[in-house]
Amino acid sequence: MRFSGFRVLKEGFGGNRGWKLQWRKPDPKPAYDMLIIGGGGHGLATAYYLAKNHGMTNVAVLEKGYLGSGNIGRNTTIVRANYFLPGNSEFYSHSLKLWEGLEEELNYNVMHSQRGLINLFHSDGQRDAFARRGNAMLAQGDDAILLDREGVRAILPYLDFEQARFPIYGGLYHKRGGTARHDAVAWGYARGADLRGVDLIENCEVTGMSVESGRVSGVSTTRGEISARKVGIVTAGRTSQVAAMAGLRLPIESHILQAFVTEGLKPCIDHVVSFGMGHFYISQSDKGGLVFGGDLDFYPSYASRGNLPGVEQVMEAGMTLMPMIGRAKILRSWGGIMDMTPDGSPIIDRTPIDGLYLDAGWCYGGFKAVPASGWCMAHLMATDQPHPVARRFRLDRFATGRLLDEEGTGSQHNLH
Amino acid sequence: MRLPCPCCGWRDLREFTCIGAADYLERPTADAPPEAWDAYLHVRDNPAGPARELWYHDPCGTWLVVERDTVMHAVTGSRAVEDAQ
Repeated sequence: MRFSGFRVLKEGFGGNRGWKLQWRKPDPKPAYDMLIIGGGGHGLATAYYLAKNHGMTNVAVLEKGYLGSGNIGRNTTIVRANYFLPGNSEFYSHSLKLWEGLEEELNYNVMHSQRGLINLFHSDGQRDAFARRGNAMLAQGDDAILLDREGVRAILPYLDFEQARFPIYGGLYHKRGGTARHDAVAWGYARGADLRGVDLIENCEVTGMSVESGRVSGVSTTRGEISARKVGIVTAGRTSQVAAMAGLRLPIESHILQAFVTEGLKPCIDHVVSFGMGHFYISQSDKGGLVFGGDLDFYPSYASRGNLPGVEQVMEAGMTLMPMIGRAKILRSWGGIMDMTPDGSPIIDRTPIDGLYLDAGWCYGGFKAVPASGWCMAHLMATDQPHPVARRFRLDRFATGRLLDEEGTGSQHNLH
Repeated sequence: MRLPCPCCGWRDLREFTCIGAADYLERPTADAPPEAWDAYLHVRDNPAGPARELWYHDPCGTWLVVERDTVMHAVTGSRAVEDAQ
C-alpha cells in the first residue's frame, strides 16, 4: 500500500474504508538468518536497511511490547548535525542527509521540518568555542552561521537577552536542524521492513541467549526458541539486561531524562532553541504544544518517570530564557530510560561473542541518529565490517583511550 | 525522593550528589592491568533492581553507600563509606 495525495482523496471520497494495516503480525519462525532485539527506531531502521541495502530479508525484529513503544515514541524529536569531534561529525552528517531523503525513501510522512536550530552562548569564551564548532560543521559539509546578539534578536525576539546570570551574547544557527514526527519514523521503517519480508514480532520478550563455544546460536523468548546466526542488541535503556543474558558487562549506566509538553498554543516558537547553560531546550510541535526538556535526573533509574527537582530545574531555566511561556499549562511529562556511556557517545560494534552485535549507548541523542544508526548497524551485521562513518563507535574505545567525549566532561556516566 | 544520611537523617534529594555505582570505591592498585582500570572507570552491572551506589551529602560532607532499588526508588540502606567497607 503506497501513500499519495491521490490516495488520500480517493479514500476520503470512499469513506476511508480502503486503508489496510501497515504491517503483518507474523508468528515467529523457529529460525532466521538474523535477529534484531528491540523494535524501536534503531532496531526497525537496522532491519529496513538490512533488507534494502544488503538484501537480507530472512530477518526478525523481536519487540517485548509494541513497535515504537520506547524512546522513539517519547522524545523531543530534534534532528541536527552540529557535532564537533571526528567520529561524531561524519556520522551525524550522514544521518541528516538520510533524514532529508527519508520521506521519499519510506513513502511515509515523517513530518521532517528543517525549521532551524539555534544554540545560544553567553560569554566570549563560549563564542570562541561555538565559532570553532561552526567551522567544524562547515568543514564537514554541513551548515552553520554564527549570530551575534542582534542576529539572535531578529530571529528570537521573545528571549530575555538581559538576564543577569547568562546574558545572551549570540547563537550558532544550524538551518538544516529541526524536528520530525517521532513515532512516524518508527512506523515508516517498520512498514518498509515488513514490505521487504522482515518479520516484525511484537509481544515477544527475549528471556535468554544461547551462546555455544563463544558463538551466539539463538535466543529464548516468551514466544518460543528462535535460532539465528547473527543477533543484534538494539535495546536502548535495557541494553545491560539483554547483554547480561550473553554474559557481557558493558560500559553503560541507565538514567532518566525528563521532557514536558504544554497545552496547544498558537504558533510562537518557530525554531528549536537550545539554552545549554540552563540545560533547557524547546520547540513547538505541529499541534501547538511546547515541547521542552532539560538534563538527566543524575542517578541510575529504570522508573520511567522523573523526580521533582528535575522538573523544578527545567521550569526555572525555561522562565529564565523566555518568560513569555510562564502562563502556558503543562499537559504532561515523561521520563525515558537513557543508556548512558562514560563518554556520551554511542557504540555500534561487534562484541566479544561471535555473531552478537551491539547498537547502544545513545545517551539522550538517539532520535536524530536513527537513520544512520540503522544504516551502519545493518552494514556491520551484513558485512562484519564497521561502516566508515561509524568506525570510531567501538566498544573497546574505553579500554584503549580513544574516547569521543563531545562535551569534555570526563568518564562519569551521569555527566554527559 | 529523600535519602537517609547517617549524620543528618532523612534529607531532600537536592542536598545529595550521585557519583554512580559503588564500583568507584574499588580502586585498582597502581600496578593493576589496564583491563582492571577500564572495569573500574567504565564497566557497570547497571542493575534494574537492587543497586549499591556512591553518593555525597553536600551539607555535611559525608560520602555514602546507598542501597536503593533502581526500578521502585525504594531506599533500603545507607551507610557512611568508612562503615560500609
